[in-house]
Amino acid sequence: MKIGVFVCHCGSNIAGTVDVAGVAQAAKNFPEVAFATDLLYSCSEPGQEAIVQAVQEHDLDGVVVAACTPRMHEPTFRRAVERAGLNRYMFEMANIREHCSWVGKDKDANTRKASDLVLQAVEKLRFDRPLQAKSFDINKRVLVVGGGVAGIQAALDCADGGLEVVLLEKTSTIGGKMAKLDKTFPTVDCSSCILGPKMVDVSMHPNITLYAYAELESVEGYVGNFEVSVKKKATYVDWDKCTGCGLCMEKCPSKKAYDAFNEGIAPTRAINIPFPQAIPKRAVIDPTYCRQFIKGKCGVCAKVCPTEAIDYEMQDSFVQEKVGAVITATGYDLFDYRKYGEYGGGRYPDVITSMQYERLLNASGPTGGHIQRPSDGREPKKVVFIQCVGSRDKSVDRPYCSGFCCMYTAKQTILTKDHIPDSQSYVFYMDIRAPGKMYDEFTRRAMEEYGAQYIRGRVSQVYPYKDSLIVRGVDTLLGSQVEIEADLVVLAVGAEASRGASELAEKLRISYDAYGFYMESHPKLRPVETNTAGVYLAGACQGSKDIPASVGQGSAAAAKVLALFSKDQLESDPQVALVSQARCVGCGKCVQTCPFGAIQLAEDRAGNPKAEVIETVCQGCGLCTVTCPQSAIQLQHFTDNQILAEVNALCQQAMEESFES
Amino acid sequence: MDVLKLDSGYDAAFVEAVMNESGQDPFACYQCGNCTAGCPYTFVYDLPVHQIMRLLQAGHKGRILQSHSLWLCATCESCTTRCPNNIDVARIMDVLRHMAGREGMITEKQVKQFNDSFLDSVKKHGRVFEFGTLVKYIARSGRFWSDADLGPKVMRKGKIAPRPHDIKGKDEVARIFHSVLGDGKK
Repeated sequence: MKIGVFVCHCGSNIAGTVDVAGVAQAAKNFPEVAFATDLLYSCSEPGQEAIVQAVQEHDLDGVVVAACTPRMHEPTFRRAVERAGLNRYMFEMANIREHCSWVGKDKDANTRKASDLVLQAVEKLRFDRPLQAKSFDINKRVLVVGGGVAGIQAALDCADGGLEVVLLEKTSTIGGKMAKLDKTFPTVDCSSCILGPKMVDVSMHPNITLYAYAELESVEGYVGNFEVSVKKKATYVDWDKCTGCGLCMEKCPSKKAYDAFNEGIAPTRAINIPFPQAIPKRAVIDPTYCRQFIKGKCGVCAKVCPTEAIDYEMQDSFVQEKVGAVITATGYDLFDYRKYGEYGGGRYPDVITSMQYERLLNASGPTGGHIQRPSDGREPKKVVFIQCVGSRDKSVDRPYCSGFCCMYTAKQTILTKDHIPDSQSYVFYMDIRAPGKMYDEFTRRAMEEYGAQYIRGRVSQVYPYKDSLIVRGVDTLLGSQVEIEADLVVLAVGAEASRGASELAEKLRISYDAYGFYMESHPKLRPVETNTAGVYLAGACQGSKDIPASVGQGSAAAAKVLALFSKDQLESDPQVALVSQARCVGCGKCVQTCPFGAIQLAEDRAGNPKAEVIETVCQGCGLCTVTCPQSAIQLQHFTDNQILAEVNALCQQAMEESFES
Repeated sequence: MDVLKLDSGYDAAFVEAVMNESGQDPFACYQCGNCTAGCPYTFVYDLPVHQIMRLLQAGHKGRILQSHSLWLCATCESCTTRCPNNIDVARIMDVLRHMAGREGMITEKQVKQFNDSFLDSVKKHGRVFEFGTLVKYIARSGRFWSDADLGPKVMRKGKIAPRPHDIKGKDEVARIFHSVLGDGKK
């Protein structure tokens, strides 16, 4: 075997702390190395060309590139060796950047370590065998989890692109947080007027199957062939019969149910349709408030329903769907405003969240769009907004900036002035973050045209005084404590990962950060992909973001799915398990241990039971190889012999030295 | 107000000393103002506490140690409780007060005199002997008529005893003082 070694400078990233020429020189003495050199940027076009030429000139059988992490450039170099006429699996990468040059500053030590890593790769390469990818059919349907604006956009784009879409929504209507908003920044256009048509498009689109009031129960399978189980939660109303007429809601005697859509600012009925433009416009019974469920008698809705849709006996049901890709668009939740005792959220009725204020401003809200104090219904004249409630605060484990609160607060001050011309808004802020298009101009308008008073500082306490609230804080620019006698206090609550985000991530086998936001595959270059093939992200589930960014990601995720489905077949990764028929005793342990169901028991010609790997299902995790008592099942490209060769390469010398001394 | 020299005026040794003595990182402060917002003594301060933190970031020893705020701080720890970056601001104030004391920059002499009288009493009796503290403070400060009107009232209610009541472990308490002061006594 003739091996070529290419040691990359990566500019000064590696060459700064590693003697790359020295590493290449050392590599010339490694077993079966026929050629070794250093390259300035091996991933660049001239770098790749040098590899191709060397393979052809020196008639090489395999290539080691010592450079960065294989995460980024392994596919690049595999293509390069393929261009040179080799099998793409006759290639190994030694990571001498993240694992070496970026870690330490001692050039001698780094150079020694880099040489060791190269030797390790060479020893592994000696056992590499050419592998061929298999093709498998894919199911060109896509599951979108979450019916907020990001999910809606992703579903519509996929459906318009000709794909069948299954859209899942946890609550009884799609629309998400955007449906609750009154106006949107920086244009102050009506939120439901721009979202409503999209929601209707979802319900009308022939390619979209919508499951509202449903959750993802389980996911099996792999890219191109997922099998998902959808739990349709009991609504106690037969949605095939319900017409959304709303008569039940009108007559329901239980009038104190919690109204999640209106953020609890006013009660609703135990049977309800959240808002007039709901999609689907169907009623749901909340059994925690329904008299039929609590007391066992009532039945008013069943009596008045003109289509006899009420079914108190309804149970949760499950539907199985087969899809080829999943887009998660599960959005965010708002910070619990009761966590800061000093602001009095949850204790004083006139201290409310920004989303509750949004419902007070909204014409479809409980006050018909008239701003009224929750305590006495009086119109407030002085409104204090407190920013960064649950943002940029390490002490409550929310050190990140939620990014949209500065903007929606500016919008709310403008709307306050529009609704109540003789009102005055005060905003306590730390920094104004308005980096979007026309965003900073918008916050300036709030101050200059609408006269909002911006106070650079924090609030220390809010306490009731007569029928108003005293807001005591600081103006750090004045260097003085300040006080405002306010009628209403609005807390600009930040975003946090949606409740249940981590459970869903575990079902989908995707990673999430310390705060529960889903991890993208690369923070800059793969913003809507996850590290699990076939699972994509859209919107605030990946991190707090505003409407334009969420919509952009919805479309981006749809484009990724459309590109994935542009082929009829996908190539499977050949780095999968392989059974040695001669060694296998058919014990079936691998069948039990495989988390993907990729191994089945078959019979050889003599009728003996033998394990058989379904290559397109196997994910190459290696669990079976460590389970097999006979070592009969081996992960190709990572066989026991290869791993041992790597260990020996690193340890042989050290072991000999330790025995000698 | 003088122009602050941000480059040449930065006293790195001072900042490091404050960080070491307090175990706090003043650079974690992003000047939100929560400390000043909740501080009940801002009304008597010459520098609000968030400005002391800012001056500390700028390394301006002189302006900080000359501040009256250091001595007027009641160590109520509102600032510490409210700091979003978990900085123990009250601890920093305490360290700065000690530094000012060591450098002889005592801008509120009577506060220092009262603190010393109080601690002397605790060292001697294991707890505070109010009457003795009072006498010592008056002798030090020369404020003979300070709170004199309260005397008869508290005497009648038995709030101030004429003789000290030592605690059982007063020698141990004294030993704590000696070990902290490092004065060699046992």
